[in-house]
Amino acid sequence: MFENFEILETINMFRNQHLDVRTITMGINLLDCADESAETACRKIYDKITKQAEHLVDVADQISSEFGVPIIHKRISVTPISLVAGASDVDDYLCFAKALDNASKTVGVNFVGGFSALVQKGFTDSDFKLLNSIPQALAETDQVCASINLASTKSGINMDAVALMGKIIKECAELTKDTEAYGCAKLVVFANAPDDNPFMAGAFTGVGEPECAINVGVSGPGVILAALKEVPGQSMDIVAETIKRTAFKVTRVGQLVAEQAAERLNVPFGTIDLSLAPTPVVGDSIARILEEIGVDTCGAWGTTAALAMLNDAVKKGGTMASSHVGGLSGAFIPVSEDEGMIAAVESGALNLEKLEAMTSVCSVGIDMVAIPGDTPTSTISAIIADEMAIGVFNNKTTAVRIIPVPGKVAGDKVIYGGLWGEAPIMEINPHCSQRLIERGGRIPAPIHSMRN
Amino acid sequence: MSQSVKYNAVVTVLGKDRVGIIAGVTAVLAKMNINISDISQTILKDMFTMIMLVDTIKSTCDFETIREELRVLGEEMNLEIRIQHKDIFNAMQRI
Repeated sequence: MFENFEILETINMFRNQHLDVRTITMGINLLDCADESAETACRKIYDKITKQAEHLVDVADQISSEFGVPIIHKRISVTPISLVAGASDVDDYLCFAKALDNASKTVGVNFVGGFSALVQKGFTDSDFKLLNSIPQALAETDQVCASINLASTKSGINMDAVALMGKIIKECAELTKDTEAYGCAKLVVFANAPDDNPFMAGAFTGVGEPECAINVGVSGPGVILAALKEVPGQSMDIVAETIKRTAFKVTRVGQLVAEQAAERLNVPFGTIDLSLAPTPVVGDSIARILEEIGVDTCGAWGTTAALAMLNDAVKKGGTMASSHVGGLSGAFIPVSEDEGMIAAVESGALNLEKLEAMTSVCSVGIDMVAIPGDTPTSTISAIIADEMAIGVFNNKTTAVRIIPVPGKVAGDKVIYGGLWGEAPIMEINPHCSQRLIERGGRIPAPIHSMRN
Repeated sequence: MSQSVKYNAVVTVLGKDRVGIIAGVTAVLAKMNINISDISQTILKDMFTMIMLVDTIKSTCDFETIREELRVLGEEMNLEIRIQHKDIFNAMQRI
């Protein structure tokens, strides 16, 4: 039996504080779709996804209706395509991207992730083919997301791949310049990419994963913000405790939805991703939480400390609420998708350097950041290199999803709409890093990778 | 409220107080053969708030239909009416 205030608290989280389950993502193994004929492989991929995920959207909608929990996205993540396509007789992997796109549209999800390669230590021939296919694949499909793992704590940083990705990101921007380089929003590079991440653009199904699994990403910045408004002026101990308690409740929603989805789809439950994912809607912002904690504008000194505490408290509260935690699990700080982050950039309080510092204590990294279209390729690679180093040397996941928008300069703004939001073009340090990037090779794994 | 109250869902009604809210909601529930196990109501800052614990097991309608009927009624009466499976409250409010 519940007390009235408990019922009303729950109702209020959904009604006023934007609580939702951000995504139910079905991970599907495609390794058995490999075939000498690319055409056959693509047909197998399409058939397998459409069969496995046939009821995904219906079941998610049913759960949403019964429990009154908005479920924003239904998505699919697949085995990195470089592993599946390698057996095939083609050099261009566009056909694989199109097969994924068609399957995604048939089952009614909104994105499919896994046009991916894992190149942290070096390239296979197939990895090269995949990387070179990315710009066209993202320009000619609607729902396919690409991700590349460039570095890991165990393997170090593949600087050849870092250099190449700078070029690919620029090409991708050029090929999709009619949509403000939207292709780049579907492309992310990682250090220590997780195998079970349900969030786009970086979702793929790692090789240690089962045949099929349900991974769920929760959300809830608005709920945390509302809870913190109840403890103004209180010590950090109280703030951390409040975040933990709230994160517990938020995560329990995700756990319930994940269990229900797994049972009804007869697929194993994988993990809950504890990430706090913002949206551009007012009241659903990570930046505003940091400001509630006590910085006047996100980006002011103290922001990193506040974010570190927030990220840690979310994990502590969420871990107890879920039987299995995975994915990225932490606070996301995408600039374009967070109303408070956008305002912070526009006010001049938040620059790219401070954003980089923030990424050292939370999940993901330089995410949905638009930069001038004439940013040199080597500078983009150097931004990636720095972000990879933060991940590799701190034993955590980091990523870069950066958008060099052709024809735009710092201070301009591009509008993507919906959950992608709007991105102010951020200023780039004009000093050159070309010699560093031209060295190529591999940055060795850090000493603390040797834990055996 | 005793521990033996039988219910599987929670109906919440939020809105401006007016004549006939309970009559309207209970009539729709009765039409679908939904038993009401418990009702409580309060006025919070001018907002009428009613919470009903209901049992839909013997209902003639599926959950989606019930939800839709209540939503339509809510629109007619200018109220927010929700029905949610009780497990969502269990998940969030109980360890």
